Amino acid sequence: MVGYIARRLLEAVLVLWLAATLAFVAMQLTPGDPAQTLLAASGASAAEIAERRAQLGLDDPLFVQYARYLMDLVRGDLGTSWLQGRSVGRMILERIAGTVELAIAAGVLGAVLGIALGLLAALYRGTWVDTVAMAVAAISLSTPVFWSGLLLILVFSLYLRWFPSSGWGDVRHLVLPALTLGFSLAGSIARLVRTQVIEILRMPFVLTAQARGIPLWRILLLHVLRPAAGPVVTLIGLQFGFLLGGAVVTESVFAREGLGRLTVQAILWRDLPVVRGIALVSAIAYLLTSLIADLCHAWLDPRLRQDRGI
Amino acid sequence: MTVKREYPGQSVLARALCLFTIPQLHAIAPRRPLWRQPAAILALAWLAAVTLGAVFAPRLAPEGPLIADPSRALMPPGLGGLLGTDALGRDMFTRLLWGGRWTLAMAAIALALTIGLGLPLGLLAGSRGGVVDAVLMRLLDAWLAFPGLLLAMTVVAILGPGLLPAAIGVGLSAAAPYARVARTTARAIRAQPYIEAARALGASPWRIAVRHILPNAAPTLTAFALAQFARVLLSGASLNFLGLGAPPGTPDWGAMLDDGRSYLRVAPWMATFPGLVLTLTVLAANLLGDRVQE
Repeated sequence: MVGYIARRLLEAVLVLWLAATLAFVAMQLTPGDPAQTLLAASGASAAEIAERRAQLGLDDPLFVQYARYLMDLVRGDLGTSWLQGRSVGRMILERIAGTVELAIAAGVLGAVLGIALGLLAALYRGTWVDTVAMAVAAISLSTPVFWSGLLLILVFSLYLRWFPSSGWGDVRHLVLPALTLGFSLAGSIARLVRTQVIEILRMPFVLTAQARGIPLWRILLLHVLRPAAGPVVTLIGLQFGFLLGGAVVTESVFAREGLGRLTVQAILWRDLPVVRGIALVSAIAYLLTSLIADLCHAWLDPRLRQDRGI
Repeated sequence: MTVKREYPGQSVLARALCLFTIPQLHAIAPRRPLWRQPAAILALAWLAAVTLGAVFAPRLAPEGPLIADPSRALMPPGLGGLLGTDALGRDMFTRLLWGGRWTLAMAAIALALTIGLGLPLGLLAGSRGGVVDAVLMRLLDAWLAFPGLLLAMTVVAILGPGLLPAAIGVGLSAAAPYARVARTTARAIRAQPYIEAARALGASPWRIAVRHILPNAAPTLTAFALAQFARVLLSGASLNFLGLGAPPGTPDWGAMLDDGRSYLRVAPWMATFPGLVLTLTVLAANLLGDRVQE
């Protein structure tokens, strides 16, 4: 097991290095001079801009710049915002709590809803229950979060006045955003759960368990859901990136404080170090969650452990 | 066909859960052809209607999407035309028709980029294997590590806001998963005996990829292309909603939704209809993709 985790970690580091390199190359391809962008507003002279260029190390050879960038990353330094002159890492840290809170709440809601829908569809396969559940899944996959979010605001905060439409604070502010984002996640989970459960219900061991008179709920819980859980956990891990992107949009709909507003503003002002920092942080988060999901999968399914020699 | 099973002497909970009878395994009925499935026909009809509406918008609504009439501002559907009017008194139906031109064009550009980049990369990796495959796959992993929408946003940040940069960003972010699927499909086909036969006959790797692998991968790749079309539509509309794509005032569906959110209380139709049209279009593309896959 330790060897497997080490191998996967090494792979993740390799991918992360490649991703960081892609981000570096993308920045180099950007038209315009960062020093000029930085000082444009203050009406700095050419000499001041040149001085700033030297200060930022922009006159060094590309190779040196790349090495310095990687060294900074290893030390956890994501660079400095062009607009605010502050550390990008600090700016992200200040805002990330709201986004993580939303992503986790939505992830849990989406998983519960998706598993319930998928299970219902599989158990009542071919009946109207199946049809309805799969229709809900299709709608979840096709509805943009910014529309479902607005509809929820319309119904639950403008007409019924149950929940606040925007801002953030207590749990009530989290309900609608988490529902919005969670619903958009549920569709893909429901589809996978349905396929998995249908496949597993066909397995001889389910018939054996039935023949031995084991109650149905035990069969479902112990013999069906456990093997089905592995791929589902992997999917939830893979969907984390989708969740982060969706969180940015959802935060904008509900005017929540979080990475979303920071991202949108940084893009509009072309504050590239901030954008790059957010992209890198989300890449790290994505790689970590998919690693954890893979480990959970291996833990849930002993067959996989043996195949991979863990 | 389901058979109710009785399990005597169980707890109340168990009996309640017995309602979930395990369905009997019934043989899967042979699939009906696409044109005999009502859902697929409906989806196709909707996509056709939206496309035709966008193409013929100048004919159907010659006054254009920008004509404002403040005296007719915020009229509900019925009173102010078929779908009501927006805050500037512009007709919602006209704007939706014209909006299709921006929204669908953007999705088409993005999809062209997705397939144009993803298909050759995936085929190359899948049909060559070896070092080429390994290097390309690691690169794709790094590419995929950036969450789709954030990758598209990063591209917009680099190129500057606008419809074309947004389309490029969305297309680039959808290309990596497409390349992945193309590679997996190509690899599965490469293991088939007829590829071995073609190689024994002296066909070049290029010829094998284009003449033997590509046609056999077509159904899967078409289905996934439809799914990706749905995806780029959603991502593109998200960028427009956030104000990172089309310039303000453009009657893009995503941007129209953004306009509508400030008037959610007084004129809910302003946000409802663009969202409905967008959702139905994405749903139709997804549905058609599923059916082609089956």
